[in-house]
Amino acid sequence: MNEQQGSSGPVGHHVPDYRYHTLVVTVENKSGVLARLAALFSRRGFNIESLAVAPTDDERFSRVTVVVDLESAPLEQIIKQLDKLINVVNIRELHPGHAVERELMIVTVAAGPDRRDELVEHLDRAGGKVLSVGADAMMLSLVVPPGRIDEFEELLGNFGIIELQRTGRVALANLDEDD
Amino acid sequence: MKMDGGQALIRALELEGVDVMFGLPGGAILPVYDPIIDSSIRHVLVRHEQGAGHMAEGYAHATGRPGVAMVTSGPGATNIVTPLCDAHLDSVPMVVVTGQVPYAAIGTDAFQECDTTGITQSVTKHNFLVSNAQDIPRTIKEAFHIATTGRPGPVLVDIPKDIVDPDNPRSALEWTDDVEMDLPGYNPRTEVDPAAVAAAADLIRAAERPVLYVGGGILKARAAEALRELAELTGIHVVTTLMARGAFPDSHDLCLGMPGMHGNFTAVTAMQESDLLIALGARFDDRVTGRLDGFAQGARIIHVDIDAAELGKVRRPDVAILGDCRVAIEALVSDLTSGGVGGADRDAWRSRVSGWQERFPLSYEQAQAGDELKPQMVIERLRDATPDDTIVASGVGQHQMWASQYWSFEHPYTWINSGGLGTMGFSIPAAIGAKAGCPDKMVWAVDGDGCFQMTAQELVTATVEKIPIKVALLNNSYLGMVRQWQEMFYDERYSEVFLSRDVPDYKGWAESMGCVAMRVDGPEEVDAAIAKANEVDDRPVVIDFRVTAAEKVYPMVPAGASNSELVVPPSQQDQRR
Repeated sequence: MNEQQGSSGPVGHHVPDYRYHTLVVTVENKSGVLARLAALFSRRGFNIESLAVAPTDDERFSRVTVVVDLESAPLEQIIKQLDKLINVVNIRELHPGHAVERELMIVTVAAGPDRRDELVEHLDRAGGKVLSVGADAMMLSLVVPPGRIDEFEELLGNFGIIELQRTGRVALANLDEDD
Repeated sequence: MKMDGGQALIRALELEGVDVMFGLPGGAILPVYDPIIDSSIRHVLVRHEQGAGHMAEGYAHATGRPGVAMVTSGPGATNIVTPLCDAHLDSVPMVVVTGQVPYAAIGTDAFQECDTTGITQSVTKHNFLVSNAQDIPRTIKEAFHIATTGRPGPVLVDIPKDIVDPDNPRSALEWTDDVEMDLPGYNPRTEVDPAAVAAAADLIRAAERPVLYVGGGILKARAAEALRELAELTGIHVVTTLMARGAFPDSHDLCLGMPGMHGNFTAVTAMQESDLLIALGARFDDRVTGRLDGFAQGARIIHVDIDAAELGKVRRPDVAILGDCRVAIEALVSDLTSGGVGGADRDAWRSRVSGWQERFPLSYEQAQAGDELKPQMVIERLRDATPDDTIVASGVGQHQMWASQYWSFEHPYTWINSGGLGTMGFSIPAAIGAKAGCPDKMVWAVDGDGCFQMTAQELVTATVEKIPIKVALLNNSYLGMVRQWQEMFYDERYSEVFLSRDVPDYKGWAESMGCVAMRVDGPEEVDAAIAKANEVDDRPVVIDFRVTAAEKVYPMVPAGASNSELVVPPSQQDQRR
């Protein structure tokens, strides 16, 4: 951890309610921009928990949803350093609990015919879908808040996870949020 | 108007007002060198690309205009990484154009290909890889805009060969004089928040032990006059950091000189004991603060900076003012003029400060008859024998600290050094750049023998291009600052710091590069050598001052110590603090 930017140092005025904060960063849709973001996080010692990038409705811009770890640096410093990147157009902090957050998981689970019903029952309760069914395995998808993905993933351990891919979270502010 | 990319690039530089650029051609940048022949821009051909970068920095430091360098791809580009990083840390406006292999060859490990924008990403304010000739004029305009506005810094523009090669159809473009910049994410703010200014003015009115802590941002903001007005209006003392020497005249009653690791006792201690630090374009660098939790513990902080990320990065300010330093100072002056400067009683503080000044002046032991030459004495004699608007460019190490300490800076933009990166070898090319930008001023490089051997070849450039700088080489045969640390902190175990007493023959070397050269062995020869050097105006001059290796830079805050643990020279160690 970088001494100067550690939250335990004299800069740590900002006592976060949550260790992880979500930033929605609008960037110019140009080659190399993601590398600039990644290089900044690395160079300044900022840890990120997840990162998702996709174009927006305006083809000139992309939207990056990044979850930052505030144990590695104060939020204010992360935002200000990001803002110095010339290709960063806008940064919005989404306060936990004031945003709609989703993550997609696709997972292949070991489940022979005898355990399929049990697995599908769990899946239905979690709100997921069956994508395909093989002889000894099922492929499932789930789009829910990241915390519930964690829970479901833990539950799948009882069956046996063969392969798993998560997207990292994406987020939008609640409709009634106005900042 | 039809043009090719190379012509357009040079035309765009002309439109930005570039009068001189520093560079060295090679394969990928060749097509851009052809239109230089027909351009009004003077090109200075360097002997190593690092020299081009530092010359551009020196030019920018001295003139306030962006320095421009141009080099080829691959090794040309990697050789200029050090100056880019140097300029990035010291916020020097600079535009570097690099050649690149043809666009279609990028990524194939072509001859002299390297990932220039990738390599330089973290050492530039921004960089561009231009993919189409039509984008060249706009990109150059954007590069200068980014380099010179907000917190200044270096910008690199990487140009693939095919878009500037007139034999390639991809280089064709339609030139128009007015191109629009497209920088939706770049909006540097200069205006200041009136409420923050009012809050700062209130703190100033109430402070009993205030200090103006002035950094390089003052010079970047062209705010030296405004600073003087603020200091004189309020009667508040000023410390000028290594990057701000000259921003406030050393001879002024309110000037306390340089703070920090090798700052003078009064500057360091006044900050430590202050109840209000007014930081103007300064960044609480570790070399200024010493151990952070022991730094100016009783001081409230007003922090003015144009870079929002500096506000609160190191020390949490009580009042933060985001914006241009000059605008902020003028607003403070206006507030303090209309609302009064307050009635805080500062008599006790002033007498403490003057007490420190009396008890702890900068000092060294004068040489006795038969002693070796003292480096501090050389600086003092040079200072006294040159006009007070002389530009001094220094390398990095003991000689840099002595130059900053013992010179008397009376004007802004007369001190050029590598503060943040600490780049050895900076002084000679930086001095050449400064002289190219300010040909009517006397320019002295103060260098060490370790530094000299890193970039001395640029004296050939100075001779050939008729840029008559002068070099005071403080030659103690050692990497002196490292030696000092080994003496003080490594039980005098000297590891790999002795260079040589005999080689190179600096006088012979300098003469072979076309310089007038002298060697000075004793104190009695100093004045005559400087006088002779000052008379030479048609070629560079080098004086090899053979100085003692025993001198240490004092005062000194040991690394990791608090500024209250400042080590003073032996002659002052019994003084009451």
